[in-house]
Amino acid sequence: MAVKNLREAYGQALLTLGKEHSEVVALEADLRNSTRSLLFFGEFPERYFEMGIAEQNMTSTAAGLALAGKIPFVHSFAVFSAGRAYDQLRNSICIPNLKVRICGSSAGLSDFGDGKTHQAVEDMAIMRALPNMTVLCPADAIEVGKMMERVVDWPGPVYLRINRNDLPFVTSESEPYQIGKMTRLRDGSDAAIFACGVMVSRALEAAEKLAAEGISVRVVNASTIKPFDAKAAIEHSRGVRAIVTAEEHSIIGGLGSCVVEALRRVAHAPIEFVGIPDSFGLSAENYDLLLERFGLTADAIARAVKGLLAQ
Amino acid sequence: MQNEKTPKDLAAIAYTLRRNVVEMIGVGKAGHLGGSSSLAEVVATLYFRKMRFNPKAIHDPDRDRFVLSKGHAVLVQYAALVELGVIPREELYKVKTIDGMLQGHPDMVRTPGIEAVTGSLGQGLSIAVGMALGFKIDRRTSRVYVVMGDGEQSEGQLWEAAMAAARYKVDNLTGILDRNRVQATGPTKDIFDIPNLEEKWAAFGWNVIAVDGHDTSALLGAFDAVEQVKGRPSLIIANTVKGKGVSFAENSAAFHNGSFTEEQYRKALSEIDEARSALSGSTGGRG
Repeated sequence: MAVKNLREAYGQALLTLGKEHSEVVALEADLRNSTRSLLFFGEFPERYFEMGIAEQNMTSTAAGLALAGKIPFVHSFAVFSAGRAYDQLRNSICIPNLKVRICGSSAGLSDFGDGKTHQAVEDMAIMRALPNMTVLCPADAIEVGKMMERVVDWPGPVYLRINRNDLPFVTSESEPYQIGKMTRLRDGSDAAIFACGVMVSRALEAAEKLAAEGISVRVVNASTIKPFDAKAAIEHSRGVRAIVTAEEHSIIGGLGSCVVEALRRVAHAPIEFVGIPDSFGLSAENYDLLLERFGLTADAIARAVKGLLAQ
Repeated sequence: MQNEKTPKDLAAIAYTLRRNVVEMIGVGKAGHLGGSSSLAEVVATLYFRKMRFNPKAIHDPDRDRFVLSKGHAVLVQYAALVELGVIPREELYKVKTIDGMLQGHPDMVRTPGIEAVTGSLGQGLSIAVGMALGFKIDRRTSRVYVVMGDGEQSEGQLWEAAMAAARYKVDNLTGILDRNRVQATGPTKDIFDIPNLEEKWAAFGWNVIAVDGHDTSALLGAFDAVEQVKGRPSLIIANTVKGKGVSFAENSAAFHNGSFTEEQYRKALSEIDEARSALSGSTGGRG
């Protein structure tokens, strides 16, 4: 399967937006090589603000730039974008509903080597609890590009969760993309898997394995965590005997919670979560090993499906 | 644009603002009198003389901006916006009520004339820096005025912003530090003393001036002077008295966010009216 780095796709998309929209500006907290905001810096140094290692100031400064008519993109690792500057996001940006775009780069466990302090396992939960905030978790480089095209005009603040690594392509260029919609990537009748980010490819892999065992599985890419398309979630949950959610995030407050919240008023099949148990991350020599340690694999998803079907 | 108010006019307007603040607090309800009163001359001088701010065109992109980082003092900003006709006077009496437009802290979503959401302390300077950077990109001549408290100086984010402002040479920004020397719990020297503020800000690359924050002539001179300083941001340290103009509230932490008895309320109003009439001459808004 062809792969592409999500950070690189993000950096290229930001550069393109810079060319098309003069009001786009970027702020960085000394991680331009990692977040790939350096591509924008190279072309538009006068619209690029290196704010130093000071995420709180960077975040409120972005609010001021938005109030001056700019569309700021704020960059750091997800753990700092969402955590270190939480109060600034809440008060300076979300209350006035400003058009600031927050790039949570190296999200989830994807910064595998750096360990707990640099791995965001709870960012979607805290970002989605903020009124006015939109939360996006793209599955591959193609989706990052489409998301960025849509994000520039989207009203209010947006949090973009960007994986650090090369991920396989699971979406196609031709498929239409809208913020707030989920896409069914594969149809099936026995079980439905809702996945986001890196776990979409794992879910497709699980569906393939299960098909070989005669189990027919539907796979849905839920790349908009908020506003969550509850109607579509209900639709995609119809008729199956098992529902599994798969995310590279704590099982508290992420995609699993979104699906349960969406289904709360309808009768539905039993639901299982595949995600990070209530714990912090860990340093590892590579990403796949770390995903395996936390049970974020195609096999784990397949086991979850079979477990529910056996009930 | 404003009529040219004299420093004496501005001094009288400051007392009109104080009267509005006291009326907003009323009897038996809490309100941030101390930090609002200490700021009255600063707010009067900016809104009624210094700032490019047309009350009939509050969204003019070329207006100057007033950001109240010490958001709890918003009553005095409401007072000014009422006198300018931006906020209807009847809203004064509905402050902090459920269907009113005036919130406990500055809320640009609900209140016309408010430029940002502040009140979680330490964020206003960063917001102001962002505005100033945006104006520089667009070559707008708007200035940004941002008011901080002295208790607020312990917020680390202010010092991050101070560094960024110097790094990006935002000379279209004027900081005002309302040094009233009392914070919520007591005198700043007892609660969390931050000595040598002048030296600290200067060391962070700022042009620093200290003035009597109740002297409208000195304030005007300082605002004019810092506009001429290029290549670095300026800070005006306004030495003020917390609760200024209400004798029993002056220098008192009890009136940081205190309430009046009926008797105190009457006394506050009569002291303010007396001070205002002593400053004979024209007044802003109601005479």
